[in-house]
Amino acid sequence: MTILIQDRSMVTPGEVIAEGDFTIGSHVYRKDKKIVSQVIGLVTIKDNQVSVVPLKGKYLPRVGDLVIGKIIDVSLSAWIVDIASPYPGIMRTSVSLDRRFDPVKDQTRKLFDVGDVIVAKVFSFDRTRDPTLTLRQENRSGGSSPYLGKLVGGRVIEVSPSKIPRLIGRRGSMISTIKQYTNSRMIVGQNGRVWFKGNSFEDEYLVLQAVEKIDREAHTTGLTDRIKEFLEEAKKNQKPIEEIKKGSDKKGDSK
Amino acid sequence: MAEKKDDVVLITKDGIRHDGRKRDDLRNISFDVGVLDRADGSCLITWGKNKILAAVYGPRELHPKHMALPDRALVRCEYRMATFSVPDRKSPAPKRREREISKILGEALEPALFDYLYPRSVIDVFIEVLQADGGSRCAAVTAAALALADAGVPMRDLVSGCAAGNLLEQVVLDLDDIEDKIGQGDMPIAYLPNLDKIVLLQSDGEFTPEQYKEALDMLIPACKKVYQLQRDALTSKYSQITEEVGEDLEVDVDKLAEDAKEEDKTEKPKKETTETKVEAIADDKKKSKKADTDKKEKSSVKEDKKKKDSKKSSKKNEDKASSNKDKKE
Repeated sequence: MTILIQDRSMVTPGEVIAEGDFTIGSHVYRKDKKIVSQVIGLVTIKDNQVSVVPLKGKYLPRVGDLVIGKIIDVSLSAWIVDIASPYPGIMRTSVSLDRRFDPVKDQTRKLFDVGDVIVAKVFSFDRTRDPTLTLRQENRSGGSSPYLGKLVGGRVIEVSPSKIPRLIGRRGSMISTIKQYTNSRMIVGQNGRVWFKGNSFEDEYLVLQAVEKIDREAHTTGLTDRIKEFLEEAKKNQKPIEEIKKGSDKKGDSK
Repeated sequence: MAEKKDDVVLITKDGIRHDGRKRDDLRNISFDVGVLDRADGSCLITWGKNKILAAVYGPRELHPKHMALPDRALVRCEYRMATFSVPDRKSPAPKRREREISKILGEALEPALFDYLYPRSVIDVFIEVLQADGGSRCAAVTAAALALADAGVPMRDLVSGCAAGNLLEQVVLDLDDIEDKIGQGDMPIAYLPNLDKIVLLQSDGEFTPEQYKEALDMLIPACKKVYQLQRDALTSKYSQITEEVGEDLEVDVDKLAEDAKEEDKTEKPKKETTETKVEAIADDKKKSKKADTDKKEKSSVKEDKKKKDSKKSSKKNEDKASSNKDKKE
């Protein structure tokens, strides 16, 4: 059993990370006795399990994930939702809603129209069919469930799905920091989409900058402290929105 | 472009070619990975005077749906030459040569991809030759492999290409345009460097069996050299960011791994309200890990304080870099 590429090192597709009796984690594959990386990323070796945390990649839906989607098509009894994945999400009125829906009386467009942004849960997914989404809450005793439904106002930004754990931070520490400094609401989807709404354009711009910074530096250490520093300094030197508009292109769709 | 055959000495008896290269010299190769923001992955390769842009979109939904494969992704490769890529304007309509190269490059990239992971989808690879100077299909497949890696598409291995040729009965590496046009033979290959497999092999012209073997013996090490350059290009972008930030390349992967494990357990701590759930379920494991990671956090915080001076200067660089980035956008 030999480890050829150390834990915490960067690896590229095709490189052999380890040889011997290791178990396979994510984004690696086995070739004879060798464990090989599938992507550009950072090696993680824990308890003889070899994984690679990718730096970039498309979101593959998993059951139970919270995702932020944009309605791209409406029909009599279903919506088709773009969830930044190779597969569009399907939401059917018969099973996805918390309340009763009668296709004859009610109109799907009145609930969600094309272009609306929603936050939903992945209800089912196997690769033979497109994933289905649901807005139904699971009734758990003693614990609040996240908000599911339409998101009004605010902005949506996309980052690589593999950076989402870093963006959330351990037990939500990173995201709490950003929310605190910018006084904004934020919802993070596992599919790499982040919705945020602040009380002013300047605050929202600050969230945007913080999220982009995390996206860029997710593979480095000490990020939480650096983000704190960045937010503190930025808060002091906050420019009014007109100056910001002159400077750079704005990202993110305002909804 | 009117160089008569008699004017150019393709290769001397000592093995010096018209541009001064020796038999096994490659031209200068450089990469610019991630050069297109809107593509999922991209790479601009400069190989000698070749300038080729590869862009990858995918895996993504395939329209029209009837073309989708039920059990795997469709790999759709398009190779096109810009009208200005050669001195005599190339008509924009795809010629037979471009259709052939599109087909063979797609077939060369497919074995490197895990297409069964994304059924009913398409992985689009677009290749645009901005300037051509011989060996463009090898440079193209080399760039396409980097674009695929940049897009985060899972791959078995990178793909490296190189061509060999027959110049006046001498086998040489990496033909340029003149050598290709007036030489006696051209043999491009594409190769999986870690798996030691050839995924593209063509021969155009005359090679004796001995020359063919000699060409392959020169090509495999050449492809491995190209692979090293590809590897460096992939990691340099990220090590550059790490340097700007003022950290070592060592990442606290405990943090990343724990966060990644939270992801795997399908618990999603999105707001602080759901923190309690996560704690309850993952608490046991975290308690044992916390001791180690607390120590590491302390040491990394100390390091951060030491590095604050260097950080301030590197921050200025970072601000410059980010404002440059904004300007580009």
